[in-house]
Amino acid sequence: MTGSEFVPLSLTPLLIGVFAAVACALPGNFLVLRRQALIGDAISHVVLPGIVVAFLITGTIATVPMMLGAAGAAILAVILIEAIRRLGRIEPGAAMGVVFTTMFAAGVLLLEQSDTSSVHLDVEHALYGNLESLIWLDATGWASLLDPQALRGLPPELPRMAVTLLAVLLFTLVLWRPLKLSTFDEGFARTMGIHTPALGLALVIVAAVAAVAAFDAVGSIIVIAMFICPPAAARMMTNRLETQVGWSVLFAVIAAVSGYVLAGYGPLWLGARDAVSAAGMIATMSGVILALAALFGPCRNRTGAPQQG
Amino acid sequence: MLWDALSLQLGYNATLVAIGATLLGIAAGVTGTFLFLRKRALVSDAVSHATLPGVGLAFIVMVALGGDGRNLIGLLAGSALSATAGLMCLSWLTRRTRLAEDAAIGAVLSVFFGFGIVLLTVIQTMGSGRQAGLEGFLLGSTAGMLFSDAMIIAIGGALTLAVILLLRRPMTLVAFDPEFAVARGVPVHRVDLAMMGLVMAVTVVGLKIVGLILIVALLIIPPVAARFWSERSDRVVLLAGVFGGLSGYVGAAISASAPNLPTGPIIVLVGFALFAVSLLLAPGRGVLAAVLRHLRFQRRVHLRQGLLALAQGHPIYERLTLRLLRRAGLARADGVATDEGRARAAKALRDERRWEIVRGDLAHEAAAALYDGLRDIETVLTRDQISEIDRRIGGPQEVRA
Repeated sequence: MTGSEFVPLSLTPLLIGVFAAVACALPGNFLVLRRQALIGDAISHVVLPGIVVAFLITGTIATVPMMLGAAGAAILAVILIEAIRRLGRIEPGAAMGVVFTTMFAAGVLLLEQSDTSSVHLDVEHALYGNLESLIWLDATGWASLLDPQALRGLPPELPRMAVTLLAVLLFTLVLWRPLKLSTFDEGFARTMGIHTPALGLALVIVAAVAAVAAFDAVGSIIVIAMFICPPAAARMMTNRLETQVGWSVLFAVIAAVSGYVLAGYGPLWLGARDAVSAAGMIATMSGVILALAALFGPCRNRTGAPQQG
Repeated sequence: MLWDALSLQLGYNATLVAIGATLLGIAAGVTGTFLFLRKRALVSDAVSHATLPGVGLAFIVMVALGGDGRNLIGLLAGSALSATAGLMCLSWLTRRTRLAEDAAIGAVLSVFFGFGIVLLTVIQTMGSGRQAGLEGFLLGSTAGMLFSDAMIIAIGGALTLAVILLLRRPMTLVAFDPEFAVARGVPVHRVDLAMMGLVMAVTVVGLKIVGLILIVALLIIPPVAARFWSERSDRVVLLAGVFGGLSGYVGAAISASAPNLPTGPIIVLVGFALFAVSLLLAPGRGVLAAVLRHLRFQRRVHLRQGLLALAQGHPIYERLTLRLLRRAGLARADGVATDEGRARAAKALRDERRWEIVRGDLAHEAAAALYDGLRDIETVLTRDQISEIDRRIGGPQEVRA
């Protein structure tokens, strides 16, 4: 495979996949450790109604209103979950289940009710995205990376995902110490003067931002997989948070690259003609990595870990 | 139109769907209650997403064997197998590794679902035009349901209910107090497995009607709603069944009454409406009841403090206190006590003094623990005890100049 094929057809989806995976895996580390892993699941479900409402209001598939709608829906969901949990004294898992299924159902209903036949907006797209179609037609080869004319034709998802990744990275670096403290010992963090509820909310919002940005490019299935699988696999490798985050980034990159390559070329190797869903394959690969880590990871056992309730 | 649908007069197919959805709702509500009481509601999310690869594989196998890939029994059997595999992964991850259950749920859910999507795209590229309809399992599709499909759903729902009836005692025991269940010799692990098996059965049966993404709503929302109305597990189970059946029935009817109303989402939204009503209006645990309770408590505190202030001749500045005293006929608008007010105030002050004695006396320790500044002392002590305390306080004494 030469650069003239690789750069226009595979480079951008590959990069977008990697950026999305890493942007989700970073906050995922903290969510997994805080036993909030399913927040990612909930957020990726409620993104659908947010996008549909944004579409109904603006009437177009523009990026900014969609992102705003999705982010709004995610925040609304978090507030609703908290409200139901407190008002009804319901355990958090069940409260989450009530909220995200209802909002997802509302999204599907709105989608069916509104006339979206003219635009590309459907549930399948929301679920598995279409990573494969984010190609860079203006590129002719590696030289195009330095050609401003061609760079202008980059799919907009790429810079957006890169910016999101940078923001997530910045958040993690700047708030590293408070995040680490409040994740492991919330009481101690509070005595140190850290506003833990605000920090928890900030983490969820960052996760939501990453989920919404990634969702737009690659669909919600990757989002859920990347929030949980790489951090969970990294958890089996080490007992140190720094190392765990490093492993999780590595796993996310491996899953994204291998998943993309297998989806694109795997069927060809097996003699089939067409590619399979890249998003699904990336999620599958992250599962394979998790399975390997769970079978062979040096720190896979619960010894020394706190007892489950 | 809606009335026609509710009274099952909208034709053969709509009636089939309504009956199927009702049975499914009942089975899901009842099963979900045990799951909810066991605090594992979201396990059902992993189970339902894990059915997708099974559906895809079953289709591929059936086509490869030369059959019709859309045979519902075959697809459901496949989904049951892969849901079992998902459950086994989940239970292995939580038992054998350090992962918490929520992370394991998320991992199983996303990986199985992702793999299912891969299989769906494989099926799309298999060439034949027969694959149409598998996407229907994501969100359910009731249009064009066959009589045989409806029969499968009805029988599945009925069987699930029967098994629940048999297992309700051990499941209740395990849901409430697993340690006690172990001590009683109940095989907790196997009961858990049976619970999961039931969840899987409901999921598989519900795939066709509400789809695998929303079936989890039927397992979670009715039990959560039912929990507001009762503290007794048997009643919660019954109510959850009623709520689930109602959502299924009304949802299917509404969706049949107009175009573009997909059955699954409507059923979920009806269920949520029931939940919202329960959250707000249920006695005891509902929000409205809590607000009323709070207001009543606030009024009692204000009245009591107002009476004590009257008795001690303190001025009352708090508007609410004054208004309450005036409305009860205990004080005038300017804050001066009426005759009745003076009597009640004297009683309140005396009670306060009695409580002081009670709380200072170790012999009354149990009664003293009940002191909260509002409780009438007569509800705690006998008349003899009170007159004993009054003897200690003594009568009015002369004030020497």
